[in-house]
Amino acid sequence: MTINSHSPPAVEFKSSTFSVPVLSLASNDLMLIEQLLNEKVKLAPEFFKHSPVVVDLGEVHKKQLILDFADLVTVIRKAGLFVVGIRSGNELQQAQAIALGIPLNTAPTNDVKIDTKSKVIKAPTNDEFVENDSTTMMITKPIRSGQRIYSHGDLIVLAQVGAGAEILAEGNIHVYGTLRGRALAGVQGNTEARIFCSDLQAELISIAGNYKISDDIHGAISNTPVQIYLQKNTLVVKPIV
Amino acid sequence: MARIIVVTSGKGGVGKTTTSAAISMGLAKKGHKTVVIDFDVGLRNLDLIMGCERRVVYDIINVINGEATLNQALIKDKNCNLLSILPASQTRNKDALTLEGVEKILEELSKDFKYIVCDSPAGIETGAHLAMYFADDAFIVTNPEVSSVRDSDRMLGILSSQSRRAERGEEPIKEYLLLSRYSAERVKSGEMMSLDDVQDILSLHLLGVIPESKSVLTSSNAGTPVILDEKSEAGQAYADIVARYLGENKPHRFIDEKSGFFRKLFGGK
Repeated sequence: MTINSHSPPAVEFKSSTFSVPVLSLASNDLMLIEQLLNEKVKLAPEFFKHSPVVVDLGEVHKKQLILDFADLVTVIRKAGLFVVGIRSGNELQQAQAIALGIPLNTAPTNDVKIDTKSKVIKAPTNDEFVENDSTTMMITKPIRSGQRIYSHGDLIVLAQVGAGAEILAEGNIHVYGTLRGRALAGVQGNTEARIFCSDLQAELISIAGNYKISDDIHGAISNTPVQIYLQKNTLVVKPIV
Repeated sequence: MARIIVVTSGKGGVGKTTTSAAISMGLAKKGHKTVVIDFDVGLRNLDLIMGCERRVVYDIINVINGEATLNQALIKDKNCNLLSILPASQTRNKDALTLEGVEKILEELSKDFKYIVCDSPAGIETGAHLAMYFADDAFIVTNPEVSSVRDSDRMLGILSSQSRRAERGEEPIKEYLLLSRYSAERVKSGEMMSLDDVQDILSLHLLGVIPESKSVLTSSNAGTPVILDEKSEAGQAYADIVARYLGENKPHRFIDEKSGFFRKLFGGK
């Protein structure tokens, strides 16, 4: 077969970003995990149906709990979820993941040595099973055109956000300067998230996927501190008095 | 240790090479041993502005490829013996520059020189990246015009995330603003962005405003850095910039409209 130079190549690598839920484990009790997982899935069966998930073993690793990763994957599959990645964990767990065709999402953290002789510690019952990683990120310098900032929690910017820059947060966004770029709050679907800024000149604002572009937001609101929130699936831009 | 200065902008035609020539000459005139490197491989210009185009034998690519030594490639300036020029290659493209090659050259130059001025090509590709990668200070040359300001903003983002200092987690590159081709009259009539408009977007430490001046073109064509034309406003502006960079306290000039003869006479501003 000849390759036409005008047709696109058959194989092409493209970079793309996806949001995938992270399952953070604080226990190694598979029975408990299975039970809690099923309860969670029952709450929103459509949302969790065939959902990809990344397993975070950071806590388990820190507490030096022994957990067979292959067994864990079986439990998660039973709940209808697909494991697409592993974060932290010990070398054995990472090796198991690779063997199962599941990629590692970060460099291995070898700070905790696993003592293979230590007994399996009984897991404390943890109500907050799926933990929210709600760390606030603070930026003190201007965010320049072409830069992209992602916060897993709230995002606070103490300078301006340049045109062509993009800031994303799973929580709220606060900009104590002129917001010229794009600001996307509640990117994981948090409809309660809000955007606050001292001067709104944004190219795009979005909360939980509902967005407005600059043509729709520019009114008599420039140079006044405003907040943006979601009301019945519509973005509301209101001056802060 | 030498201080490495990158003169950059993102956008083309804003006066990077003019600035590189002027400030390197200014630093040398102040008694500091200075070398200016042309990173614009394939579009060699600095040697023309410096008036040494007929003395180019070897260039930076020859040095990187080991075809010539650094001393063979360096050209001594005819106006000031403390200033040397490392020209770019005109026959190659920017991919001939390598990170290791540039690092080696800068290391070697650091032993001999006090200041190394890197004249960056336009754009954000290999040449521009290598010109800024090892820098300690960045001179951002910007015209008072939206696309130039936007490109400078982008360049600042790259400086703060993709330089060696950023990658090693060291103290970030010091960024300075040089606002060139500024016309106070046109700002007043609303045709041009004012210094405040530009600073509103960039918020940088201002090193100086260079007024639009005919002497820039005449100096460039004559092959003498404009800073040597002490009568011209642009030449004075660059002299101020060099002095400020070296820590002297010089009040900013050329920002406001010149007060005319009559206004002076009647005590107006």
